[in-house]
Amino acid sequence: MPILLEKRQLVTPGDLIAEGEYIAGENTFSEKGKIYAARVGIVEYETKKIDVVALKAFYVPRTGDIVIGTIIEVGFNGWTVDINSPYIALLRASDVLSRPFKPQKDDLPQVLDAGDLVVAKVVSYDRTHDPQLTVAEPGLGKITRGQIIKITPTKIPRVIGRKGSMISMIKQETGCNIILGLNGVVLITGKTLDDEQLATRALLKIEQESHTSGLTDRITQMLKEEKAKKEENKK
Amino acid sequence: MNDKPEKLIDKKGLRLDGRKPEDLRPVKLEVGVIPNADGSAYVEHGKNKILAAVYGPREVHPKHLSLQDRTVLKCRYHMAPFSVQERKSPAPSRREVELSKMIKESLEPAVFLEYYPRTMVDVFVEVLQADGGTRCASITAAALALADSGIPMRDLVVACAAGKVDDTIVLDLMDTEDKLGAADVPVALMPNLNAITLLQMDGILTHEEFESAVNMAMEGCRKIYAIQKEALKTKYVSISEENKEEAEE
Amino acid sequence: MVSVVTRVKQKQIAQLIEEDKRLDGRDLMDYRETKIEQGIIERAEGSARVLLGKTEVVVGVKIEMGEPFPDTPNEGVLTVNAELTPIASPAFEPGPPNEDSIELARIVDRGIRESKCIDTSKLVIEPGKKVFVVFVDIYVLNHDGNLIDASALAAVNALLNTKMSNYEIKEGEVKIKPGYEQLPMKKHPITVTTVKIGNKLLVDPSLEEEEVMDARISFAIDDDNNICAIQKGGSGYFEPQQVIEAAKIAQTKAKELRKKLNW
Repeated sequence: MPILLEKRQLVTPGDLIAEGEYIAGENTFSEKGKIYAARVGIVEYETKKIDVVALKAFYVPRTGDIVIGTIIEVGFNGWTVDINSPYIALLRASDVLSRPFKPQKDDLPQVLDAGDLVVAKVVSYDRTHDPQLTVAEPGLGKITRGQIIKITPTKIPRVIGRKGSMISMIKQETGCNIILGLNGVVLITGKTLDDEQLATRALLKIEQESHTSGLTDRITQMLKEEKAKKEENKK
Repeated sequence: MNDKPEKLIDKKGLRLDGRKPEDLRPVKLEVGVIPNADGSAYVEHGKNKILAAVYGPREVHPKHLSLQDRTVLKCRYHMAPFSVQERKSPAPSRREVELSKMIKESLEPAVFLEYYPRTMVDVFVEVLQADGGTRCASITAAALALADSGIPMRDLVVACAAGKVDDTIVLDLMDTEDKLGAADVPVALMPNLNAITLLQMDGILTHEEFESAVNMAMEGCRKIYAIQKEALKTKYVSISEENKEEAEE
Repeated sequence: MVSVVTRVKQKQIAQLIEEDKRLDGRDLMDYRETKIEQGIIERAEGSARVLLGKTEVVVGVKIEMGEPFPDTPNEGVLTVNAELTPIASPAFEPGPPNEDSIELARIVDRGIRESKCIDTSKLVIEPGKKVFVVFVDIYVLNHDGNLIDASALAAVNALLNTKMSNYEIKEGEVKIKPGYEQLPMKKHPITVTTVKIGNKLLVDPSLEEEEVMDARISFAIDDDNNICAIQKGGSGYFEPQQVIEAAKIAQTKAKELRKKLNW
């Protein structure tokens, strides 16, 4: 029983990918023993499991994900947070304060106000209610400086690269610290604005060209060329 | 006032715009034309010019419309005042209300609504220029916009009409043929599943004529489907091509 | 229009359908008991009431004088409106017509208009200037499924019941004379709605069947067995051969009803 398409072939929703004893992986669905694409993307498979790496998809929260979000509103005993998802997330006051919330004493807008950015972790989410966040872990909390960019969440793995190779290379070449929210929001903090902008350009280029080959080399080359230009201008 | 033509098909068997009975009007499709929307598409089908934009999935407003087990799909079909011969009032007409419902119902079977409970997807269709068959072209564009937005779908939806003019079954009626002809049968299809998601008719047809019209419309749908898929792929293929060239330099 | 049919009932309906049976004991191709009364609203020029099972629809026809449409100067005007009154169902809310009531009105309108049911050429008072306008108002009084067929049947019965005052034109003015004429009718369209549940087709859905159906399709059939209007509805789909089959079903059921009504 065949897989009808080659790896890395571009498919659109409804395209038949395989027939027979296969497992419907990411962005596919199976009907009557056939596996079809559910999103526009590239076919990938390892032995039995067939995936479509989607070219565009929105973020659906998963427990344990690190996300970067924007505070939308200060609520009664916590905050609502925009995590770049169809679902709005909740952050409880007690979680941020690391102790029970005292409505008389605690002034929530002082702690976090609408428009503030946070790095958080999704602690719970299911089909019946909105995702809950926590910042009560090391490395999480309010963001005070840096550049924020949004890229399609499905491209984040490509930004990370095999065993982190792509993201380490970018951090090294630009000297920036980069936090990748799995919800497609990325925080870049560097020594200078130029460094941050260089890292931004690299990430946006990866998003645009994620489905092509030879990308790691091209990005490395671009970063080296830009740095060389900067050295030239300094002289 | 225009003079009504006596015959819609001439002695050579050609229609008013020179087409043969089984000919489709030229169709052009483009994906991702409105940067602010989550998904969008533009269609030119004959003289029809239609834009479709999708926003969502996102939180449901107003909250009481939210469904616990699935996404709510909403659709608004609207014609611009300048889209037709005599200026049309911008207020939604009864026809636009019905068509909004028809288009929504033609798209729903294709979308995996159960995946994202308590969310809403808005589909907006704006007809900039109309020349018969706007609901079909709208469905074709809206399905592309949905696929472009990244919402999972079972299949694309594509639509085309067939009908009867001068005792002949013809494909893809333009406005004059629709107004003066004997019947118009718009059909929307999910091609891979061979599933009809929209079917309407006004006019008079025998059962045999009806069957011919539906079959002809479905063939027209499949031709447009090929163009739909190309439009989706084109957006991404062009980037690969650019990189190939760069690498070769 | 959302009300919750319990999972258990959904399963029950699905299981019965597999065996070609329905909750109320009907066969898949059976209509519910139908009762028709004409002339129930004396103030209206024509009226009728249809009971289809527990679905109840009243249609009133009013005739007024007005201007013809510019592209049909020698024809009277037909306009159909439908109200899903809050009395009829907990799901109906007061307010301006929503998409469901607009769709219902337009489906019934197409059946009447496309079949050339009313002889609109005989409704002209002064060509290009004055014609009779026929207002058909559909009032749903109880919703237990299949509003389309009930409304269409009530509408045609109301039109058959409609009397227009005699008139004459004196000194450019229209004056009413004593006496009446029946509304000139040429055809008597009948609308048949078929619904798909699981993979079976059934006619005249009850409210519960509508709530679990995949999709519905309605055909308006004229006296010569031609199809003059079609409307698919619902969030599901039909296979092409099911559509063709539904058309045949509609022609068969329309013929049966036509015989019963002597149309």
